Amino acid sequence: MSKDKSEYLINRKDNQYEVVIGLEVHAQVTSESKLFSTSSTKFGAEPNTQVSLVDAALPGMLPVINEYCVKQAIKTGIGLKAKINKRSVFDRKNYFYADLPQGYQISQFKDPIVGEGKVILDMPDGQKEVGIERLHLEQDAGKSIHDLDPKNTFVDLNRSGVALMEIVSKPDLRSPDEVNAYVKKLRSIMRYLGTCDGNMQEGSLRADVNVSVRKKGTKEFGTRCEIKNVNSIKFMQMAIEYEANRQVDLIEDGRSIDQETRLFDTKKNETRSMRSKEDAHDYRYFPDPDLLPLEVSEDFIEKLKLEIPELPDEKKKRFIEKFKLSPYEATILVSDNETSNYFENVIKKSDVKLATNWIIGELFAALNEKNLEITESPISAGNLSKLINLIKDGTISGKIAKIVFENMMEGDKDPKKIVEEKGLKQESDPKALEALIDKVIDDNREKATEYKKGKVKLFGFFVGQVMKVSGGKANPQLVNEILKKKL
Amino acid sequence: MSDITKQSLSELIKNIKDKKLSSTEVTKAFVERSEKSKELNAYVTEDFSAAIDKAKKFDENPNLNLKLPGIPMAVKDLFCTKNVKTTAGSKILNNFTPTYESTVTQNIWNEGAILLGKLNCDEFAMGSSNETSFFGCVQNPIDKDLVPGGSSGGSSSAVAAQLTPITIGTDTGGSIRQPASFTGIVGLKPTYGSCSRYGIVAFASSLDQAGPMAQNVRDCALLHEVISSYDEKDSTSIDFKRNNYFKELTNNIKGKKIGIPKEYRVDGMPKEIEDLWKKGIDYVKDCGAEIIDISLPHTNYALPTYYIVAPAEASSNLARYDGVKYGFRADGENLIDMYEKTRSEGFGAEVQRRIMIGTYVLSSGYYDAYYLKAQKVRKLIKNDFDEAYKKVDAILTPSTPSSAFKIGEKTNDPVSMYLNDIFTVPVNLAGLPGISIPAGHDAKGYPLGLQIIGKAFDEQNLLNIAYAMEEKINFKNKITDWWIK
Amino acid sequence: MIVCDIFNYHMSIDLKTIKHISKLSRISVDEKKAEKLVGDLNSIFEFIEKLNELKTDNVQPLTSVAETTLKLRDDEVKSKNLREQIIKNSPQENEDYFVVPKVIE
Repeated sequence: MSKDKSEYLINRKDNQYEVVIGLEVHAQVTSESKLFSTSSTKFGAEPNTQVSLVDAALPGMLPVINEYCVKQAIKTGIGLKAKINKRSVFDRKNYFYADLPQGYQISQFKDPIVGEGKVILDMPDGQKEVGIERLHLEQDAGKSIHDLDPKNTFVDLNRSGVALMEIVSKPDLRSPDEVNAYVKKLRSIMRYLGTCDGNMQEGSLRADVNVSVRKKGTKEFGTRCEIKNVNSIKFMQMAIEYEANRQVDLIEDGRSIDQETRLFDTKKNETRSMRSKEDAHDYRYFPDPDLLPLEVSEDFIEKLKLEIPELPDEKKKRFIEKFKLSPYEATILVSDNETSNYFENVIKKSDVKLATNWIIGELFAALNEKNLEITESPISAGNLSKLINLIKDGTISGKIAKIVFENMMEGDKDPKKIVEEKGLKQESDPKALEALIDKVIDDNREKATEYKKGKVKLFGFFVGQVMKVSGGKANPQLVNEILKKKL
Repeated sequence: MSDITKQSLSELIKNIKDKKLSSTEVTKAFVERSEKSKELNAYVTEDFSAAIDKAKKFDENPNLNLKLPGIPMAVKDLFCTKNVKTTAGSKILNNFTPTYESTVTQNIWNEGAILLGKLNCDEFAMGSSNETSFFGCVQNPIDKDLVPGGSSGGSSSAVAAQLTPITIGTDTGGSIRQPASFTGIVGLKPTYGSCSRYGIVAFASSLDQAGPMAQNVRDCALLHEVISSYDEKDSTSIDFKRNNYFKELTNNIKGKKIGIPKEYRVDGMPKEIEDLWKKGIDYVKDCGAEIIDISLPHTNYALPTYYIVAPAEASSNLARYDGVKYGFRADGENLIDMYEKTRSEGFGAEVQRRIMIGTYVLSSGYYDAYYLKAQKVRKLIKNDFDEAYKKVDAILTPSTPSSAFKIGEKTNDPVSMYLNDIFTVPVNLAGLPGISIPAGHDAKGYPLGLQIIGKAFDEQNLLNIAYAMEEKINFKNKITDWWIK
Repeated sequence: MIVCDIFNYHMSIDLKTIKHISKLSRISVDEKKAEKLVGDLNSIFEFIEKLNELKTDNVQPLTSVAETTLKLRDDEVKSKNLREQIIKNSPQENEDYFVVPKVIE
């Protein structure tokens, strides 16, 4: 039996363990105002300046739902190929916390707005489908700040009431790599849709990670632990790694795993129990009597379907079929909307193959080095397209093109101008080249003789010399041809 | 004019419009009488000097086209009033001053009325006698040491004692109709969704509804016309065509079909109540309406259902009173300690009891047995009314199973206190409009009320029936001003 | 023969339950208060248990009597710079934040 080489297993003595992971991703809905109030959702404002009477839960204040947030959730559901529920219900999740002003969070418990769907992952050894259990809308909480004062905790309610989508996956993930691919894919889909900006630094995307382990080959799930509120993919992967090993060790020791909520300590790189907090947790969900059931019509959903752009999977398929890209290239280029837009703009007027290589190769490397997003690229798609055309029509060589490219990275300059200003135009005049080549042969008489005697390896040396003398501008193809004749 | 405070709202409006009285004169008269009536303890907050200032301002440039031109009015202290302390009868909100106005009170001020002050009520409207208020019991002007009913006890007492020409209360399980009945006044609980809940301190969101309390049906119709409005700030507010309730009021109810539900003949109901009901039936017949016997089979289950639904919602609605953002805070060693002490010291016994009931019925393992069950029975209760309204236009019942009781009489027995709401609670559960009108007296001379229950959004018909009956009943409240020395 | 009348049966609420609910409700209760609550709640639940007489298996629960659907509002920012108003009533003064006793994690 051939062994799947990408399989992630934890080995102990005679046993191999498989890791089973499910994710509850909390994605902030992109909207101007909050889910149930009219205060702003902008990031980074002064504390408590984006708090309405509703957000601060003043007596007699009532929630009124934001239509745009409902649309965003439905669009995301469509992007996840999921069932849209025409009737959904908002429930109250009751618990006390300083940054939860109402004493309950409005969420959807029994009847979420979006039902089952799926996400396709592109793994090195092929595609993998991950099931989506549900997506529901809920309110975010505020922020407790513990380090501003020795005796007190400070509360900022700016985030209180911001709309979140909780996207719950099925326990279909099997490795930290798959988790990485899953979160990235989810993020990509939402960014294509414009429903969540996916900014993890600003907390727009967080996840609760459910981890369990089982002996390879068994079907039953092990007892799972939930690692709360992890805010980067790297930490998710580290937390899973630690948690899976911890659980395996417990089993190997003949001990049992407690189903519990755990916290990932990023400094110590370990998970630890939050059980002390859990004792009082009985959320007493019930339908929020301040709100009625949310009902959307078929027509409402159909109109939203028309607003759905081409999503990464479809775009990838098109790129492969239409532009003959490899699956690898296509996957990279569709990873986010901005990259694919850039690519499509470049190839409007230039060669696809060259464009693909230059974007995936030079451009990504250069942007990476400068820590820039594609949207911040100093080289516009139009100018990259011009550069590629200069290579294609033989005005400059690939080598020279790299010099031009480096110049372009300093500022969005027209490559033609750079070539002109710096005199980088390729020398393609046969007479001029002949003169050059004659001089090189003359200067290297001995080597020429050796070549003629059969030391054909020296051909490369002559090419190199010609290029060097020409300052890299000689047309390599012509140099080859003329050299062959002369030698 | 000497007896300004004895005038009905309609009379006062007419006199102001005819320039026979100024708003200042009217306001001063009610302020004066209120000052002399402190023993009733009807007010939690007096805003008298501001009221007189506002009245003077009104008189400088009176807009007589308004529906309540320069009329002073005290309101239940459950309505948030901008820059005027709002307590909900609780210690936990003792120092709370809203920066905003409830939609219902805003509608009233928009029509030219002037705030006199905030009226006492049961804490968070949880009570049937006004005895749970942090600010003490309210006296019923009918007799010393008699409860005025609750939770709108300050409101009923103030209208009956003529400390305010009219007022508004809130009704979650009978909190307008029962105190109206106990004090010999008219009280209307509108259809759920008719009056906005925005800015009203919430008790049980799916049941709460604001409504007018008045000396007579005409006044009641006028105030209802002012307060009923669709409000985008309340997701449960309903956008339906509202009548001009006052203008369209008529005593012609010929041919209307009035249902008499047999299940409202409860065990142990005093004969006086039974007789009153019979008299009511005769009045209705006199008006040319037809009497039809009906059945509301799940009536007996309404109170148990209510005592699950209302506390469940309340336990969650009152979670926001935690000492963090506003209101009373007790010192605590840490956050949880602060919460527990704040809520233990800030809430009174009845509120704590109801929070506990509500928490219990929603808690893990009990939700289906209690809360879900209650929601299902609530559906059955509503179905009963839907069935009945296929045959009748309105339903006539007593408002309460007894007349007003003495202060302290029922405080040690929560269940007997709850039984007071037996006839009013089904109306809230079904979201229907109900009105209590004074219809007679018991042997002690205490007033008794009859309740008319209408179809949803059919307040006009309800008011018409009440108006026609009122004429026949010709009720006179027996108030001796015993509290004025 | 002893007949078990299921309609009159009700679960009794004990001291432990009261303490658990009081914890969930964040209301501190001392022994005396807890004992009073045991009595009160048991008498209330005795009367609530009447609902068990009804069979409701096929009844749809009613959550709101308002027979309409949820209205949706436009995505507009209208509440701006209310910090002063929001903080005004807070029990512990601070210009920028709500302040609570240290949270022990």
